[in-house]
Amino acid sequence: MSTILVQERAIVVPGEALAEGMDYLPGDNTYREQERIYSKVLGLVSLSGRVLKITPLAGPYIPKIDDKIIAKVTDITMSGWRVDTATAYSAMLNVKDASSRFIKKEEDLSQILAIGDYLVVGIINVTSQNLIDVTMRAPGLHKIEGGRIIEINCQKVPRVIGKQGSMISLLKEKTGCDITVGQNGLVWIKGSTPEQERRVESAIRLIELKSHLEGLTEKVEKFLSEVQ
Amino acid sequence: MVYRKRLDGRKIDELRPVEAKVGVVSNADGSASFRIGKTWAIAAVYGPREIFPRFLQNPKRGILRCHYSMMPFSGSGERIRPGSNRRAQEISLVIQKSLEPVVDLSAFPNAVVDIFVELPQTDAGTRCAAISAASMALAVAGIPMKDLVSSVAVGKVDDKVVVDLDYMEEHIEEFNPESAAASVADIPVAMIHNTKEVTLLQMDGKVSKEDLIYALELAKKGIEQVYATQVKALKAYFPSE
Amino acid sequence: MIVNTNTIYDLAAQGKRLDGRSLTDYRTPVQIETSISWTAEGSARVQIGSTIVMAGVKLSLEKPYNDTPNEGGITINAELLPLSSSEYESGPPGIKAIELARVVDRGIRESKAIDLKKLCIAPGEKAWFVMVDLITINDAGNLYDVAGLAALAALKSAFFPKIDPETGAILYKEKTAVPLPLVKEPLPITIYKINGKLFVDPTKEEEETYEARLTVASDPDGTLSAIQKGGDMPLTVDEIAQIIDLALTKAAFLRGILTTHYGKALHH
Repeated sequence: MSTILVQERAIVVPGEALAEGMDYLPGDNTYREQERIYSKVLGLVSLSGRVLKITPLAGPYIPKIDDKIIAKVTDITMSGWRVDTATAYSAMLNVKDASSRFIKKEEDLSQILAIGDYLVVGIINVTSQNLIDVTMRAPGLHKIEGGRIIEINCQKVPRVIGKQGSMISLLKEKTGCDITVGQNGLVWIKGSTPEQERRVESAIRLIELKSHLEGLTEKVEKFLSEVQ
Repeated sequence: MVYRKRLDGRKIDELRPVEAKVGVVSNADGSASFRIGKTWAIAAVYGPREIFPRFLQNPKRGILRCHYSMMPFSGSGERIRPGSNRRAQEISLVIQKSLEPVVDLSAFPNAVVDIFVELPQTDAGTRCAAISAASMALAVAGIPMKDLVSSVAVGKVDDKVVVDLDYMEEHIEEFNPESAAASVADIPVAMIHNTKEVTLLQMDGKVSKEDLIYALELAKKGIEQVYATQVKALKAYFPSE
Repeated sequence: MIVNTNTIYDLAAQGKRLDGRSLTDYRTPVQIETSISWTAEGSARVQIGSTIVMAGVKLSLEKPYNDTPNEGGITINAELLPLSSSEYESGPPGIKAIELARVVDRGIRESKAIDLKKLCIAPGEKAWFVMVDLITINDAGNLYDVAGLAALAALKSAFFPKIDPETGAILYKEKTAVPLPLVKEPLPITIYKINGKLFVDPTKEEEETYEARLTVASDPDGTLSAIQKGGDMPLTVDEIAQIIDLALTKAAFLRGILTTHYGKALHH
């Protein structure tokens, strides 16, 4: 006889027992010890079928292939640019991945991308030791100019984007701002006025704060209709 | 000598008032404040992040590093010179060792998770408060960990085994005339909640094996209350509306 | 973040800020708590926006300096804790901490805020020495104003400890009802120049953009007691005059909050 010890969407702490018995399976951020399944992070309970998993409420970004992130150029090497990914690991942007045009051997790389520039890049490779390669050769990848970058809890990125991008579409539509959400928790906002950018920033802070609650989209819609 | 009644009137298994809060240092990836009586610890976690100097890197997993420090005005006597000293370094080490068994940094090779603990005021039991605060701060930072660690001091004051000694009890000979030849044993303990495995154990003073084992049983009870306070604060961080 | 510092710079030209404040507004909340540490003779925690500084006062008895045998002394120390920002590292205070401590120190010392003669117990032999430690808890910008206010709030909350009449030792756990002889209440305010405009209470990112800053410590009557210019660029005399006016207005604002905290101003 197996029993669930917590409710769906309950907040649990590391080490909290989630279920007893062998009928349930430990999913993401959980572990089994003998008959019991425990949480391994502070997060929200989610049960799909017989699999129990925990959605973390905070925590570090783990780099993954095909993720789009926002990164900062920190150094220029023989073969390209070293970029800071806002994690414990820097990434390499190779010359051949930086542009669709051919970059000649003798070109001054700092004229193309300078130290301090922020870039929207895609992850093309991650090793077991978290050595990361990134590219700018795909649609939507570019150097960032103007606007503002804010840092958010990267575990909230899926909620800021929404199902099939619904939340981000809502934000863009209501504010007219251009918004790029990096999976590493950096978000670029560029609007016609600083006031519109700030509306987006405040709405994103609201999402960060309330993402564990029901009816998030309605809350954000209400906020945007109240704050012009 | 007989310790009849605790100096502040507590029962032998009674903690001083305990209070916890998380999210007290907004720059940090996770932070917490833990108070027990007049001892107050603030912990902040940064990381996983790049580690300097690089020779400390471990390519197999991330490392945990702890820095414990008393603020210059936090001692009950004269000002404490800021900066590290042998006592602070040793305490930093035992705090780190008390937390390592629960923390899983296998996904973060070559990186470090730094824990900083500062005490604005103290009244004994500082390493225990530091551990309880640090454990919460790690959870708030989203560091994978199999359980929380909670900590409390137990000890023997004259003939009584008691929980959560304050400064006066640690220095009983100064404060209780009847205890002129008193002996005090101070035993800071930390435990993993589910298994009650001990991750911090130190003892200064004199105690028999029987009393030590009894003191550890008493510690389990105290730690249960610390744990409840930690859990409540962690869950309260996420508003229900 | 260079994107943001560029935007901050561009917005300054229009008199706007990234966070929507006017150039001369403080962040909210501005919060003062005192007597936060029972082990200190006086203590405070000040928060402006999300910047937090704690200050603690400790007293000791020492032999007066040879050239001032009738006086005690006061020293300010600042610790930029690695707990308070990923930018700070463990170790002895760096130049940033030293400058912060020195600027707050001079505002208090030069205004003669503490009557040092009243700290003397036996001329040439024994006097009280006051040590104020400023400890950063969260550095989100404008440490100067926050630390300056914390130092003043902590000094205002301080009481002498008792002295054992037989041994002469300080009984730190027993406070007297005698406050420190605080006769002036100097407050340092730092004004930043970004793209030619004057800014109050900068965020961390605004601090990365500034061209020059000027710290002005003043008494309630407007007397200036210490000034420090920082930053890479010069200031004109006109700008300095404007900065002093602005600093005096802002000192009055923060002093008002401190006065409200204490219910009423101290009269000596």
